[in-house]
Amino acid sequence: MLPASSKMPHKQPPPPRKQSISMGRGARKRDEDSGTEVGEGTDEWVQSKATVKPPDQLDLTDAELKEEFTRILTANNPHAPQNIVRYSFKEGTYKLIGFVDQLAVHFTQVGNLIPKDSDEGRRQHYRDELAASSQESAKVVISETEILEEEEEPKEVEAGSQTDVPIVEASEKMAEEELMTPKQPKERKLTNKFNFSERASQTFNNPLRDRECQMEPPPRTNFSATANQWEIYDAYMEELEKQEKTKEKEKTKTPVAKKMGKMAMRKMTSMESQSDDITKVTQAAKIVERMVNQNTYDDVAQDFKYYEDAADEYRDQEGTLLPLWKFQNDKAKRLAVTALCWNPKYNDLFAVGHGSYDFMKQSRGMLLLYSMKNPSFPEYIFSSESGIMCLDMHVDHPYLVVVGHYDGNVAIYNLKKPHSQPSFRSSAKSGKHTDPVWQVRWQKDDMDHNLNFFSVSSDGRIVSWTLVKSELVHTDVIKLKVEGSTTEGLEGLQIHTVGCGTAFDFHREIDYLFLVGTEEGKIYKCSKSYSSQFLDTYDAHNMAVDAVSWNPYHTKVFMSCSSDWTVKIWDHTIKTPMFIYDLNSAVGDVAWAPYSSTVFAAVTTNGKTHVFDLSINKYEAICNQPVVAKKKNKLTHVQFNPIHPIIIVGDDRGHVTCLKLSPNLRKMPKVQSWGIWAAKKESLQVGRGVVGERKGRSQGIAPGFWLWRPRAG
Amino acid sequence: MKTLVNFFPDLFQAEVEETLKRIQSHKGVIGTMVVNAEGIPIRTTLDNSTTVQYAGLLHQLTMKAKSTVRDIDPQNDLTFLRIRSKKHEIMVAPDKEYLLIVIQNPCE
Repeated sequence: MLPASSKMPHKQPPPPRKQSISMGRGARKRDEDSGTEVGEGTDEWVQSKATVKPPDQLDLTDAELKEEFTRILTANNPHAPQNIVRYSFKEGTYKLIGFVDQLAVHFTQVGNLIPKDSDEGRRQHYRDELAASSQESAKVVISETEILEEEEEPKEVEAGSQTDVPIVEASEKMAEEELMTPKQPKERKLTNKFNFSERASQTFNNPLRDRECQMEPPPRTNFSATANQWEIYDAYMEELEKQEKTKEKEKTKTPVAKKMGKMAMRKMTSMESQSDDITKVTQAAKIVERMVNQNTYDDVAQDFKYYEDAADEYRDQEGTLLPLWKFQNDKAKRLAVTALCWNPKYNDLFAVGHGSYDFMKQSRGMLLLYSMKNPSFPEYIFSSESGIMCLDMHVDHPYLVVVGHYDGNVAIYNLKKPHSQPSFRSSAKSGKHTDPVWQVRWQKDDMDHNLNFFSVSSDGRIVSWTLVKSELVHTDVIKLKVEGSTTEGLEGLQIHTVGCGTAFDFHREIDYLFLVGTEEGKIYKCSKSYSSQFLDTYDAHNMAVDAVSWNPYHTKVFMSCSSDWTVKIWDHTIKTPMFIYDLNSAVGDVAWAPYSSTVFAAVTTNGKTHVFDLSINKYEAICNQPVVAKKKNKLTHVQFNPIHPIIIVGDDRGHVTCLKLSPNLRKMPKVQSWGIWAAKKESLQVGRGVVGERKGRSQGIAPGFWLWRPRAG
Repeated sequence: MKTLVNFFPDLFQAEVEETLKRIQSHKGVIGTMVVNAEGIPIRTTLDNSTTVQYAGLLHQLTMKAKSTVRDIDPQNDLTFLRIRSKKHEIMVAPDKEYLLIVIQNPCE
């Protein structure tokens, strides 16, 4: 609370007022105004007794000026509220609070002085003492030890008295304190609060420089892989292969071989890197070509697999041939099909030999191997200078094909090595034929496991060729002679007219037995062991025998066909044929069916294919169908597929047509035992046994075929 | 067969080229292409954008199909993949490093 009106100026005629602070302020303002307006020196100060009226001063009358206003000073806080009301829970009403706090705080400041006796004060004091004592600890210790030593003597003297000990300890402490306190003020420098200044200096800071160096980061690549079951399997297989390779390398340990190996490896790697990428697509390209063909010939493929002619039920034992694919190649367009052969292992692969039957027009020859899966292009193509007349595929080694040429040579092609040239070839030196080779046939390997085949030719020789250490060695087996044609020559020499062999066939079970057909129309039964004599002769045909064939099931039956329009079926023990069929046109080829002993097919030059089934109709063909479009096309060869019910027919225009046999043509014999017999090539005994049964059933059928008794007379 | 390919590249190159030509000229074939292991087309008879599209998509599909077949039996492997659609048929034959794709319109 300030005293009232202490700063009232004397100049103003003061009415006896007691003013509050607010009024005092206003007066002060007036004073300042009057001071500033005039202020030009001390003279004016005296003169300024004249009152100056500020423009906003209240104009009051004298009466009003004389009016007295009483002001009472109280100790009440004008800002304190006077009517605080609180809710009383006891009475449940609002009650006025009588006493209100009148304290008004004008100014607060928090100081930093602590009383000495408070906790904080004592702590600070203690800290200060510690700081001082640590400096003097060394001196204190020395003095202490001195004191201790001094005191210990009297301690030892007064051994029993314990009261002296605490006294001694107390005196020690006292000594310590005395030592400490005088030294304290010496050590600690009291800093003058008023004009103490610290001065510091700083050395020149060297400028900092950053120097960095960075290495080239290691090259990084992203790598991602999957670990599937098959990847793990592949990894293991690779490991296996590597191990095997190392084993092999260890086995063949010669320095030369090593060198060769290295060179070969280098060549291989360089070749691999150089070889064009395209070559690796060979396999895929082949597959895709087959797929594309399958799409194009989709209906044909479906027919081949599933179509069975339902009309056969109504056709009363006759059958039909459904044409499937037609195989032809531009390169072999002018050449006639001279030989057909199914591959014994791969049932969709067959070989076609191209050449010419025309004596005047002899040109080159071709060997094509087709697969039914790709009718548009052959799998293998081989060309030769001379026309191919015959071919055969080895049963055990289905990649070996032997061919006989028009110029008398024979050659072996190895399909595993797809060069255009044959692997082995005969020549004039090695005993080739002097006339076209009409038939070749593989035989079983000889004792030294050498490959062996036979060939027959118009020069009258039947030659056995053996492949000894990659060379063809020939042995004349038989020289065909026309019987009864020995003429007397000069000096009693017997000159035999040489017969010309045109066809032969080996017996399936009796190894040494084979048949030879000749140009004169005779068939000779020969044995491999007898080179000069025939076992038997049959006067078969009037013209050259085109084909002879043993029945696959009946061991005694064989069949022959000729250009004299006939097909004849024989029993080799009987000189006359059992059946003769006249087909109205030169017969090019006959073939037995592999599924039945009574079915065979014949093709003629008028473009027709005849299928016979002797168990159904002994005198007529059950199927007689033109197979090629133009009548001028002469059919040359026919072959049954060993597994599927299809036949391939070749003509002289170079086309091969594949036909499916309708169910009527494929009838298996109905008797159970026949079924077994027809399904497998059984031994002789089984055959005989069945024949016996057949005997019983063959009532009303002319004897001769069914009864294997030699005919009387 | 592989060693022969390496020692007689010319022989087989000609043969493969001929085979591809034959396929392309076959009835109904719209286009053929050869794609390498990364899905980049090497050889094609179609236009660039189509080729790239086919290559990328079929590559993935073939890998998936191959993986499926081999997962079931690791000794087995994918021979080819045929996708028949309304308009045409896509045939894919995978090889060790390459992929041969042929698009054919089977029924004309």
